[in-house]
Amino acid sequence: MPKFDFDVITMGHGSGGLLTHRLLQSGVFDLLKNNLLDQQHDGAMLELNGPVAFSTDSYVISPIFFPGGNIGELAVNGTVNDLAMCGATAKYLSLGFIIEEGFSMKEFWEVLVGIKEAAEKSGVSIVTGDTKVVEKGKGDKIFINTSGIGQIHPKASIHHNRIEAGDKIILSGNLAQHGIAIMSLRQGLEFETDIVSDTINLNFTILSLVETFGQEIKFLRDPTRGGLASVMNELAELRKLGFVLEQEKIPLDEQVEGACEMLGLDPLYVANEGLFVAVVSANIADDFLQKLRSDPNGINAAIVGEVTAANPGKVLLKSRIGGHRVVGYLTGEQLPRIC
Amino acid sequence: MKFLTEFRDPELVHEYVAELHKITTKSWTLMEICGGQTHSLVKNGLLDLLPEKITMVHGPGCPVCVTSVSVIDEAVWLAEQPNVILCSFGDMLRVPGSKKSLLEAKAIGADVRILYSPLEAVEIARKNPDKEVVFFAVGFETTAPANALSVIHASQQGILNYSILASHVLVPPAMEAILSDEANTIDAFLAAGHVCTIMGMDEYYPVAEKYQIPIVVTGFEPVDLLQGILMAVRQLEKGQHLVENQYARSVLREGNKTAQATIQKVFSVNDRVWRGIGSIPQSGYEVNEAYKAHNARIKFFIDIPFAEENKECISGDIMKGLKKPKQCPNFGTKCKPEHPLGAPMVSSEGACAAYYHYNFQPEESGSHI
Repeated sequence: MPKFDFDVITMGHGSGGLLTHRLLQSGVFDLLKNNLLDQQHDGAMLELNGPVAFSTDSYVISPIFFPGGNIGELAVNGTVNDLAMCGATAKYLSLGFIIEEGFSMKEFWEVLVGIKEAAEKSGVSIVTGDTKVVEKGKGDKIFINTSGIGQIHPKASIHHNRIEAGDKIILSGNLAQHGIAIMSLRQGLEFETDIVSDTINLNFTILSLVETFGQEIKFLRDPTRGGLASVMNELAELRKLGFVLEQEKIPLDEQVEGACEMLGLDPLYVANEGLFVAVVSANIADDFLQKLRSDPNGINAAIVGEVTAANPGKVLLKSRIGGHRVVGYLTGEQLPRIC
Repeated sequence: MKFLTEFRDPELVHEYVAELHKITTKSWTLMEICGGQTHSLVKNGLLDLLPEKITMVHGPGCPVCVTSVSVIDEAVWLAEQPNVILCSFGDMLRVPGSKKSLLEAKAIGADVRILYSPLEAVEIARKNPDKEVVFFAVGFETTAPANALSVIHASQQGILNYSILASHVLVPPAMEAILSDEANTIDAFLAAGHVCTIMGMDEYYPVAEKYQIPIVVTGFEPVDLLQGILMAVRQLEKGQHLVENQYARSVLREGNKTAQATIQKVFSVNDRVWRGIGSIPQSGYEVNEAYKAHNARIKFFIDIPFAEENKECISGDIMKGLKKPKQCPNFGTKCKPEHPLGAPMVSSEGACAAYYHYNFQPEESGSHI
């Protein structure tokens, strides 16, 4: 960590004046260095060919450090993955900080290192950025926005309107890891686990699947906020088809399942990072699964359900016992129960 | 998760279901007391597996649902006082009061915090000596010991800025209120396993005897519930009315004596208004005289007008087992989780919420409720 003038971020660091200049010059630019960022212009001037995907997301997570990662890694991986779900490889990212006055410089640096490492890992360049500081109490340590541009793979054809009855629903790994890792740290939840967030870049995993299976991949989505249930409901509503999940097939870590039981949460609604759901043609489903399982990001992948013409607009869960239940949209926040 | 999976074993479930079909000769109506049991029945699709002659009706054992509008109003009023941190279990937040819910109060600036244990609230009080911390102590006998313990801790440690808004309700008086209702059709009860873990079974023998009704203390997992139903139906078919214990892995006949002593130390039994049902004598706990310094009602001189229940909500009939959620004309139309008329639609243990979220009916068959 380079030496900074201050131990904490002050209002002056967002003023655009000398302190902002020093903050950037004394480390930030060096850390995130690339040709485009080094231009230090008002915006990055880029060259792109062919169809591109463009996505943005804001990261307001608390706590900002959690088992398995920090808000910086999340901010890079999240947008890289959103682009991957379009069948695109992320190339350029913008990076905007809204920092609360008093945020420690040491923690800021750790977040920056998280950003740098995640960007390197996913092969994306941070080409433009912005830093604002808000008064103490007007933020929560640090908020990050990233927007990204990626080149869409020529073989990709990802759109919900391509989903048909008979298609298979594939989940790339264990459900609910990230949400439970975060929750285990929140105030008042004193339970000890070694559950870690699954935040990771998925772009290379997706790229190789798209390369192999092309148009047979109908739809991709990372079930972050709202969890798997929300993604399925959106699709059921848009496509007027039934989405049937099999409880027994859904990969779930034993500790996560236990934590969900204890906290009264349904893992289907818990947030994920580094996880994706794919809807693919039935004829390639097994090959797709086999290939995905040979990738480090897909070792626990499973076919968890299928799309049906029956029950249009509904998401159903077939329980281990054999009964069915409707899986609806989450209403508001998932709130912990009394007993 | 081994401690749970064996109680969700599909083979065992089907074994019990087959046995139930074999022994059931007459029509029986059973009430499961606890909302947790209701959710398990509906969520796991167990209702579809039962013989047609067996009807399950859903009891009043959802603490969130039976908390009266006036008590919610008290909690909202407290939350809106300057300098107060109101702490609550999560699922109380969405329950509508006469004007607003705690969630709405929070959205416009009240300091409302969701906790898993009242002892955390004592900790918050210790760390914030310049604030008043109130815990919204809701629940049946199950949550009463921990809530009582929080008061004892605060008192022992001299944490005077901690108080509780008690709205505890008791199971046996509610069972009697239901059985005394002229419209009652219940043949047997599945008593709530968690409540009996604390209180034991002794309170139920006089009820079973007086009303000639079988009572089976039952757990919450699919295997528990089916075994409980099977035990009750066996009794009914034989004309018995015993108190039996299906949930023996958790419930002792005498209950948890230490927990009972803790309750008795802090609380006294009083009359309580149940949402949709009305006042039931001697059916709740209030903080007793000895600990009145930690009673939020006394500390804050709460004096707010009595609020009427929403007339369109039939939660009383639902919790007495007289009606099913789908028999309510407002179910899923005027009353939905995002804009509830009553608590059963928003509580995680509410019967209406269970039917709204989980109940699946195949397209081809009509309503079976």
